[in-house]
Amino acid sequence: MLIIDNLHASVDAPGGAKPILKGLSLTVNAGEVHAIMGPNGAGKSTLSYVLAGRAGYEVTGGSVTFMGQDLLALEPHERAAAGVFLGLQYPVEIPGVSNLMFLRTALNAQRTLRGEKEASGAEFMKLAKAAAEDLGLPYDMLKRSVNQGFSGGEKKRNEMVQMALLEPKLAVLDETDSGLDIDALRVVSEGINRMRSPDRATLLITHYQRLLDYVVPDYVHVLVDGRIVRTGGPELAHVLETDGYAAIAA
Amino acid sequence: MTALPSRRDEDWRYSDIGAVARVWPVAPEVITVAPGTSAAQMVADDAAPGSATIRQFDITIGAGASLAFHIIAASGAYGRVALDVSLHEGARLDLGGIIIAGGEQVLEIVTTVRHLGPGATSRQVVRAIAGGTASATYLGKVAVAREGQQTDAAQSFKALLLDRGATANAKPELEIFADDVKCAHGATVGELDKTALFYLQSRGLPPAEAQALLMRAFLSDALESVVDEAAREAAEARVTALLA
Repeated sequence: MLIIDNLHASVDAPGGAKPILKGLSLTVNAGEVHAIMGPNGAGKSTLSYVLAGRAGYEVTGGSVTFMGQDLLALEPHERAAAGVFLGLQYPVEIPGVSNLMFLRTALNAQRTLRGEKEASGAEFMKLAKAAAEDLGLPYDMLKRSVNQGFSGGEKKRNEMVQMALLEPKLAVLDETDSGLDIDALRVVSEGINRMRSPDRATLLITHYQRLLDYVVPDYVHVLVDGRIVRTGGPELAHVLETDGYAAIAA
Repeated sequence: MTALPSRRDEDWRYSDIGAVARVWPVAPEVITVAPGTSAAQMVADDAAPGSATIRQFDITIGAGASLAFHIIAASGAYGRVALDVSLHEGARLDLGGIIIAGGEQVLEIVTTVRHLGPGATSRQVVRAIAGGTASATYLGKVAVAREGQQTDAAQSFKALLLDRGATANAKPELEIFADDVKCAHGATVGELDKTALFYLQSRGLPPAEAQALLMRAFLSDALESVVDEAAREAAEARVTALLA
């Protein structure tokens, strides 16, 4: 589904572009959950932004193929319509835009780009209600402005509501577990697990092993200084938790 | 005041005087809200491209009366909506102003709000978007007379600049002769939030649609005080069409 080959990328920084990803390769097949762990500054968030196409992140080498397409040639909204979803570490507040309007606009924009029929008001309401209920986000919060005044946990639940509604093929979740208490972590993990299916894949980017107790990955990769230095099964996360990144990277 | 204004006049320093000369002098439109009643006015000019328009409103709001006055300024080469409002005891003014200026447009909202009696309230919310080399201006003066105790006046102006050549001018002015008053004002000028734009695009919104959604949300503050729901929806639809 996703083939990242020898990816190099830089970030715009004061004083010139700063290389962050330095030859990252990774293959994710449909149905798999991959966890990417690594210390601060290793390039975890850069990887997620490069996959989503954020401005300010420049690919300087390598390729990313998503379902046979050159992902890097697509605009951010085209990537979304193709089935890539980025769950943000810090979901953005958008005053004056209600969650419901945002979700409906997003869903229909994606459907239009894919040449599908837009969701009717009734169909959309049913989908939105079900997604909010599943993820323990009070339906009334969907009437409020996007993420405005939401707690950290509510913002992350809201990301999961969006994911459930948009039904991506590939979910890239950037530190979705940060800022969550245990209960919220459980709800969000269930949301991720519910999305697991043979034709979907998930890339979990995280600092801590804790999330991986709830969402058991098929593979764990260790990202250090812009490269994957080690790959293993779920047990690798526990090794990291005990020994730290320094021991692995050495 | 039939003499043609010049840019040396504070109230006209951002104006396009050449355009002003084409329509000068301007006959004021008079609005009187009788004591204890309420009224609403929507000014959404549909001026021809390249035209100049000045509308001057002389408004009196009687004791205990209220007026909701809304402006959507987006058309013509030069447009100015000026209000001179006198508030009597316990009266209320809600002003909501929207400016959407592009190209080389010069659009202005200029207000003088006089709190003549005690306990009157004025709320002014103006939101402006300027692109190209356009300029959007809000000059708001609040004058509180000696009798205007317990005046509650607030002005809020926010502008978004879409291009480097665009300009927003804001000048709040307070003239207060009473000693027990609340007069608040705030002004900000900024750009579209790039993180929010990316967020919307990452959910599937094409760039133009994402930008329009953010601009509409930004402007919507100015329409919150439209009392009649149908009128508010019509105004929002108008704004949506202007941004498309």
